[in-house]
Amino acid sequence: MLPLRAAPARKESLMFDLESDKITKRFGTFTAVKDVSFEVPSGSFFSILGPSGCGKTTLMRIIAGFETPSEGDIRIKGKSVLGSAPNKRNVKMVFQHLALFPMMNIGENIAYGLKCRGENRTDIKRKVTAVLDRIGLPGVEEKHVSQLSGGQKQRVAIARCMVLEPDVLLLDEPLGALDLKLREHMKIELKQLQHQFDTTFLYITHDQSEALVMSDNVAVMNAGRFEQIGPPEELYNAPKSAFVAGFVGDSNRFSGKVSAISGGEARITLANGQEVLAGIDDKALFLGAKVDVFVRPEAIFITRREKAAADSPQTLLKGVVDSLLFNGANSRVLVRLEDSSLVEVDHRIGQGEDRFNKGEAVLLGWEMHAGQCFAAKG
Amino acid sequence: MNVAAPQSTVLRMTYNTYLLLFFVYLAAPLVAAGVFAFNDSTFSALPWKGFTLDWFFGSTDPKVGMFNDRRLLRGMTNSLYIGIIVSAMAVIVGTCNAFLFERKQFPFKNVLYILMIIPLVIPGVILGISILVFASMIANGAETSLNLDLAFLRPGMFLVILGQFSFLTTITSLVIAARLRKFDISLEEAALNLGASRGRVLATVTLPFLAPALFSAFVVGFLISFENFNTTLMLVGSDAPLTITMYDRMVKVGSTPVLNAVSVFLMVGSGLLAVLSVLAQRNRTGE
Amino acid sequence: MLRNDATKLSLILLMTPFILWIVLLIILPQLGIGYLSLREKLGPNDYKFGFANYVDFLQEPIYWNTLLRTAWMSILVTILSLFVGFPIAYYIAKIARRRSRAALFLLCLIPLWVSDLVRAFGWIVLLRETGIISGALQSVGLIEGPVELLYNDVTVVIGLIYTVVLFMIVPLVSTLDGMDNSLLEAGYNLGGSRFTVFRMIVVPYAMPGIVAGCIITFMLTAGSYLTPILLGGKNSMWFTEQIYDQFITRYNWEAGSTFGVLLLVFTSFVVWLGLRLTGQNLASTVAKD
Repeated sequence: MLPLRAAPARKESLMFDLESDKITKRFGTFTAVKDVSFEVPSGSFFSILGPSGCGKTTLMRIIAGFETPSEGDIRIKGKSVLGSAPNKRNVKMVFQHLALFPMMNIGENIAYGLKCRGENRTDIKRKVTAVLDRIGLPGVEEKHVSQLSGGQKQRVAIARCMVLEPDVLLLDEPLGALDLKLREHMKIELKQLQHQFDTTFLYITHDQSEALVMSDNVAVMNAGRFEQIGPPEELYNAPKSAFVAGFVGDSNRFSGKVSAISGGEARITLANGQEVLAGIDDKALFLGAKVDVFVRPEAIFITRREKAAADSPQTLLKGVVDSLLFNGANSRVLVRLEDSSLVEVDHRIGQGEDRFNKGEAVLLGWEMHAGQCFAAKG
Repeated sequence: MNVAAPQSTVLRMTYNTYLLLFFVYLAAPLVAAGVFAFNDSTFSALPWKGFTLDWFFGSTDPKVGMFNDRRLLRGMTNSLYIGIIVSAMAVIVGTCNAFLFERKQFPFKNVLYILMIIPLVIPGVILGISILVFASMIANGAETSLNLDLAFLRPGMFLVILGQFSFLTTITSLVIAARLRKFDISLEEAALNLGASRGRVLATVTLPFLAPALFSAFVVGFLISFENFNTTLMLVGSDAPLTITMYDRMVKVGSTPVLNAVSVFLMVGSGLLAVLSVLAQRNRTGE
Repeated sequence: MLRNDATKLSLILLMTPFILWIVLLIILPQLGIGYLSLREKLGPNDYKFGFANYVDFLQEPIYWNTLLRTAWMSILVTILSLFVGFPIAYYIAKIARRRSRAALFLLCLIPLWVSDLVRAFGWIVLLRETGIISGALQSVGLIEGPVELLYNDVTVVIGLIYTVVLFMIVPLVSTLDGMDNSLLEAGYNLGGSRFTVFRMIVVPYAMPGIVAGCIITFMLTAGSYLTPILLGGKNSMWFTEQIYDQFITRYNWEAGSTFGVLLLVFTSFVVWLGLRLTGQNLASTVAKD
C-alpha cells in the first residue's frame, strides 16, 4: 500500500508540524491502530474522521503521550517525541468533555500551564488577559467554570492550551456535547480561531460535516487504518474506497454484479435484474465480481415514467414515490424500487408540475460517472 | 495507560507493598481474635494446642462454650430483640424523613435537614448520657409530683432502644433518601395517568423501587445496633445486650477463648448480613 | 381546595415522627445535660444554679489535661488516618481495575461491620504480654522475655487509626471516584509534573472528601471509649472515660453532664472550624451518599 499523503505534502521545503510514521498500537491481541502514517503541514487544519471505535482517540492519545505506540514514530517539528513524557511535549489537547478544572476559576484554569512552566506572576496575568481578549471573553477571570455557557467553556478550553503557544493543538471531538445549533456555530468559530492563532489544529471527530466544513485536509479512518487522506472535496467527489464513499456525505448504495466492463465504465446487474452504470477505478474488478455502487442523492434525477424517453442512454431504474421529505433547500423524495429498497433523491419539492405525489410511478437515473463502483465486502 | 497510576516500577512496587501491609493491618486483629476460638486451651494465647469447637458447643466446666453460657445467650437474645425493634423503628421513621426532605417543601427546610444530620456528629457517649439524664428528669418529675413510677424511663432496654434509635434514624434516613432521589418521578406520574390512586401508586410503584434501600437500611441498622457499645453502655440496665455482657466478662474475668468464640460469631454473623444486603441491592436494581 | 388540604395533611403526617424524634431524643436531652451542668449540688436535694461545675473542671488539672490530651490525640489520629487512608482510597478509586475495585472496597469495609469490642479484643490478643507478637518475637529470638506492647500511647494511636481509618477511606473513595481521568491528563498535557498535578488538581478535587473524612474521623476518635480504655489501660486518660466515671462510678451526674457539654462544645467547635477553614458545609460533607 502506498503511503497516503496530505495533498500539498509533496514539496520538500514544506515544514511539517506533526508527522506520524507507521504508527501501530496493540492492546493485547487487539490492534487499535494499524500502520498509520501522515503529515500535517504548519498552520493547517487537519481532521481525522471515523466512526467510534476506529482508533482515532488512541491515535490522538499516542500523539499527546498518554499511550506509547507499539511500533512507529511521532515527530513534532521534525523531532521524535516518543522519549518525552506527556507533560514535556509541546502538543496541547482540548479534551472531549473539555476537562476544565472545576476547583479553579477561569483565570486559574488558563494560568495553570503557565504556572507549571514557572513563569512569573505579572507575565501570567498579562498573558491570561491577552488570551481572554483574543477569544472574545475579556474579564471572565474570576468567574467559575459552571457560570459559563457551553460555547464559552469551549473557547476557554482552547485558550487554556493556546496561551502556551503549542506546536500542535489536538481537539478530541470537543463539539460532541453541544446542542445542534451551537455546534453549527462553533464549527465556524473554531475555523476562525485556528486562522487567528495560526496554529496547526489536529481535530478528531465522527461527524463528517464537522470535518468537511473546517478542515484543509481530512483523513478517513476505519478499523485502525487510514482509508484516504485528502481535501474535503476530494473525499466527497472521488472516494477511493467503499467505506469513504459510504461514510463521507450521504449516498445510496446498490449491490450487484459486474456484467460488462469497457474502459473506465462498468455495467452492473442488480439483484432484481435491472442494470445500472458506474465509473470504475479499481483494476482488480472483473466480470461477475460482486460490487456496491454508491450514488449521491443530488446526482440522481427523477422523472415521471410516462415522460421518459425510451432510448435514454443513462441508468434507468423504475420506482414508486414512497414519501416526500420536506426540509427546505435539502428536501428529498424517497423512492421505493421494485425490490422494495429505498432510494433518496434530492428534489426541490415545488408546486404543480414539479410536485411528485405519493404513489406516482417514476424513473431514476444518473450520469455514469456519478456512480462509484467498489468491490463488495465479504 | 492509566495516567492516575504510578509509572515507574520502583514506585509501583512500593505502592503495592504499602497496600499489602495495609490489608494485613486490617486483617491482623480480626484473625487474632478469631483463631483462638478454635484453640484447645484455656487461654487465648499461643501455643497452639489443637483444634476444638468446645468454645462454641462445650458444656463441661473449664470449657463452657458460648452456646451453653447462659449469660452470653441472654445477651444475645437481648441484642437480637433490641436490634430488630430499633432497626424497624429507624426504617419507618427514616422512610418518613426521606419523603419529607425529598418530596416536600416547607419553611426552614435547610435548618431541619441539618438537625437531621446532627445526631451523626454527636459522640455516642453524649447521646447516651443526655437521654439518660432527660429520661431520669421526667421519671423523677413524675415520681415527685404525680407519685408515678415510670420504671421504663430508668436504665434498661427501653432506654437502650431509644438511644440507638436516636442516631440510627439519621443513617436510615440518608440511605433511603439517597435511593428516593434516584427515583424518576415520571414513573409515579405515569401510574397516576393510568388511573392509579395515590395510595396504589405508593404501594405498587414507589415502595417497590425503595425496597432494596429499605432492606439494606434495616440490615445496616441491625448490625450497628447489635455492635453498638458507647451509647448502650450509658443506658444499660440489668438486661444487657451481648456487647456489654462480653465487655463485662473481659474486664472482670479476663479474656478466655469463649470471648474469641463470641467474636467469631459476631464476625460471621455480620459478614453474612452485610453480604446479604449487598446482594439484595444488586439483584433488585438489576445493575 | 381539597388538594391543598391533602398536601398539608401529608406534610403534617410526615413531619410528626421527625419532630418527635429530633425534639424528644436530640434537642431536649442535650438541653437536659446543659441544664444539669449548671446545677450545683449543695446537699441531698439541695441545688443552686451557677457555673460551679465548670469552675471545678478548670480547677482540677487532671480534668482539663484529659480533655486537652483527648483533643490532641484525636487531631493526631485524624491526620495520620488521612495519610494512611489517602493512598488506599486513591488506589481503589483511580488505579484498581473495575473488578478488583469492588473487592478491595468491600475488604476495607469488613472491619466496619465488626464491633469495636471485637477489634479491640483482637489487638489485645495480638499485643499483650502473652500475646501473639510477643510470643513470635521471643521464638524468633529478637527479645529475651515477654514484652508488654499494650498500655502505651503508640498502641492507642494504632488502635484508634484502625477503628476510624475506614471512615476516612469511604468519603475519599466516593469523591476521587468522581474525578475524571481527563482532568489528570489535561494537567499533564498542560505541562504539570506529578507533584503539581497532585497538589493543584487531585487534592483540591478531593477536598470535600478530605473534610468529610476528617470530621467523621475526629468525631469518632474524640468520642471513642473502648479502644483507648482497653488498649491504653488504667492510665489512658480519655475524656469519655471521665464522663463514664462521673455518671456511673461516682454518680455525680452534674459533673458528668458538665464534661459531656464540654466535649460536645469542643468537638462541635473543631468541626465548625474545619468547615469554616475549607469553605464546606455540614450537609454536603457528612450526608454525601
